[in-house]
Amino acid sequence: MTTATLDRPAVAPMDPLAQAIADVEGVPEPSPDPLADTPMKTKELVIVNWSGDLDKVWPVMILSSTAAASGVTCKVFVTFWGLLPFVKDEKRIVGDNWMQKMLTLMQRPGIDHLKLSKMNFFGMGPWMMGSLRKQYNVASPRELLEAATALGVEFIPCQMTMDMFGLKREDLIDEMGEPAGAATAIAIMTEADASLFI
Amino acid sequence: MTLQIVQTVDARGLSCPMPIVRTAQVIKAVPSGQLVEVLATDPGSVKDFAAWSRTTGNELVEQSTDGGVYRFVLRRK
Repeated sequence: MTTATLDRPAVAPMDPLAQAIADVEGVPEPSPDPLADTPMKTKELVIVNWSGDLDKVWPVMILSSTAAASGVTCKVFVTFWGLLPFVKDEKRIVGDNWMQKMLTLMQRPGIDHLKLSKMNFFGMGPWMMGSLRKQYNVASPRELLEAATALGVEFIPCQMTMDMFGLKREDLIDEMGEPAGAATAIAIMTEADASLFI
Repeated sequence: MTLQIVQTVDARGLSCPMPIVRTAQVIKAVPSGQLVEVLATDPGSVKDFAAWSRTTGNELVEQSTDGGVYRFVLRRK
């Protein structure tokens, strides 16, 4: 009984051209992980902060600070009613004409004066929310805004809303970025891994 | 050889998302490979630290509960 031996070479022969190149350049080491050389892109989240309501601005602050804390680049485009919470504390009535002044007369600006979108009851709702917050040791929108800016969240004010509401750059908190428009919002949203409109 | 815990984050009594936010602020200043310990009482932090470890790459090396206090040990990426 004869045993059939396999007469194949262990390594397949290279074609002459590849052999010639390999002789000159040396055979490249195959990379074990094709993704090992490419740096991992950091994830990005964009939030459009449209509302000025306590129950919407609060989650924006929670999500943006948590995103930054998770190593996710976070940008918040701040537009319409969403801009009023970003007015400096010492500003009470802002704007140039009576219609703009009416806006901030009716809705006191600043991060501490947010109203609830429902069950506001002339301020009773937010007051109760505030005392529940303290009871359960939940961070306030102000504390979260401070954490978010410290962690590098970029808040971008909408130039058009600023013009319409009569808000100047110096009326808004210093931590905000440069004002921009809709095209910037679209660009950052399409480049991001996730975007939210709140 | 056991690695030394170089920093402790006391997040007891704090609600979501502050245990994570505080930890992120502390771990930034810790050298890579070092251990940070977190104490929290928020029951949601059990799932949250596992998720945060996944997104940031800071490894969750130890996790335990003792009388309503959750303890997490994380290795800085």
